[in-house]
Amino acid sequence: MHARNINPRDSRRIAVAIFEVETNIILYATQGTISVLFDNDKITVLARDEGMGIADVALAMREGYTTASDDIRRLGFGAGLGLSNIKKNSDITWISSIVNKGTQIVLIFFLTLVL
Amino acid sequence: MKKITDWQYICMLILNNLDLIMQIKEIAKTLDATIVVGDEATLSTEVKYGFATDLLSDLLKIDKNKTLLITGLATIQTIRAAMVMDVGAILLVRGKKALPEMIELARQNQMVLMEYKGSMFKACGILYQAGISPVY
Repeated sequence: MHARNINPRDSRRIAVAIFEVETNIILYATQGTISVLFDNDKITVLARDEGMGIADVALAMREGYTTASDDIRRLGFGAGLGLSNIKKNSDITWISSIVNKGTQIVLIFFLTLVL
Repeated sequence: MKKITDWQYICMLILNNLDLIMQIKEIAKTLDATIVVGDEATLSTEVKYGFATDLLSDLLKIDKNKTLLITGLATIQTIRAAMVMDVGAILLVRGKKALPEMIELARQNQMVLMEYKGSMFKACGILYQAGISPVY
């Protein structure tokens, strides 16, 4: 993103959101992929995983809600902030999930114009 | 209770709003912390804020540059999360030792990694007194 001359604030929020998405896949899914599409004015992130899924997305978006195990907490994650942090850092957040099947996330980040 | 004068009040306001910045090497010296990774250039980097947590999820929510991460979490993910957040300096507290892969990744990314024998509370207390500001 540095090479594409993206504003540092945008670069940071995109990196944070992708890190959170990636962490969720590693901690809760059996496998998954993340694709990042670069446009001149926006960046789109598509994440798809196979795994336990999210039973109640609205509830999972609430800060502090977590189903993390003690093992996940020992790694420093599982505070129940991940999904809300993804939403906070992206301009458009779309999450769809089926229990015991998987989750799909689409994030859109509109880029600040660098003069 | 002793009443403060207007002059003292103005001084307090100024001191509270001063943008106090410390170089990382000053932080290491203040705490008598061991520098595990860091060279002259990275140790001269300035730090204004301190953030203490053992939860990386908390770290991923902050929104400040020039921040020192104070943590007892000695895992490779600590370095990765710090990279994402542009946190250039990490202080491992409670006598936690940096793992070889942490040292390698920190070195590759020009970060400073320090170890401190004391507790997180003690590190925060000393640094706050020295002028490092909280993130919020």
